[in-house]
Amino acid sequence: MRRVAVVVFPGSNCDADTLDAARAAGADAYYVWHKDGDLRQADVVVLPGGFSYGDYLRSGAIARFSPVLSAVTAHARAGGPVLGICNGFQILCEAGLLPGALMRNARLRFLSRPVRVRVETTDTPFTHLYTFAEELVLPVAHGDGRFVADERTTAELEAEGRVVWRYIGENPNGSTRDIAGVCSAARNVVGIMPHPERRNAPALGGTDGARVFLSMEAAHATQHTGGVRAGGGHHPGV
Amino acid sequence: MSAFRVEVRVMPRASLLDPQGQAVQHALHALGFAEVGDVRVGKHLVLRVDAPSRDDAAARARAMCDRLLANPVTEDYQLQVEAA
Repeated sequence: MRRVAVVVFPGSNCDADTLDAARAAGADAYYVWHKDGDLRQADVVVLPGGFSYGDYLRSGAIARFSPVLSAVTAHARAGGPVLGICNGFQILCEAGLLPGALMRNARLRFLSRPVRVRVETTDTPFTHLYTFAEELVLPVAHGDGRFVADERTTAELEAEGRVVWRYIGENPNGSTRDIAGVCSAARNVVGIMPHPERRNAPALGGTDGARVFLSMEAAHATQHTGGVRAGGGHHPGV
Repeated sequence: MSAFRVEVRVMPRASLLDPQGQAVQHALHALGFAEVGDVRVGKHLVLRVDAPSRDDAAARARAMCDRLLANPVTEDYQLQVEAA
């Protein structure tokens, strides 16, 4: 059972769903208030969706300086898995833990509906239980979901297989290269705009998101953890 | 220490799509302002800053922009510093 810290910011609103999804996957999940500097021996950190600080200035721009982000950054630099969902993804970009930025949707409208995405890599702590090129239906709920990065960064993401999910059929927000989620160079920090925690049970319309949390809970044999790992592919947190 | 009025203009980078600017342009065209070409929407921030000199106020304001007020991935900024 992995210890999963779900960080709560003022304005988070997917924290309870995220906690439930992590627990449903078997994790020992608990909340950490954004003013706490202590992640309480977390194996995994999840930054949930919402509207931290009312999206003032830019989405995630102010949450990025919350005291907890120092601990999250240290956890990430040590190779610990970090997942940012929607607003969490925006915060990770603002914090420089993921490349690029999330801008206003191309057609301005706030979008809240299911979209189709394809799993582009299974080599992350949050996707290793999916199969490559598997197609999923996951809900989006965002106004600022258009992933942008300069050409060099985008080329690097593609070359290194760091696009984790891509919109298929239709790109809802105008993101560069239909990107719906990316990971860090060490592959342990992952951001996703759609909400896997809203699709983890048949009662919610589907289970396509469940394996994000089941992957997190299961040991990831090929996990890249930024060089800080025990021998034999055994993650120190497991 | 003197007080300075710092005005910061933050604009979406020219190479990036600005859907807000496009929407405003369309609205202006709908109102009959056919002469309007490109429209871009940015932010204007006004700060009162205490600093020993104008240069110090400008240097501090640049640091504020680099760390928080502008996103270096998507935005450019310009500063104007005046005695308050």
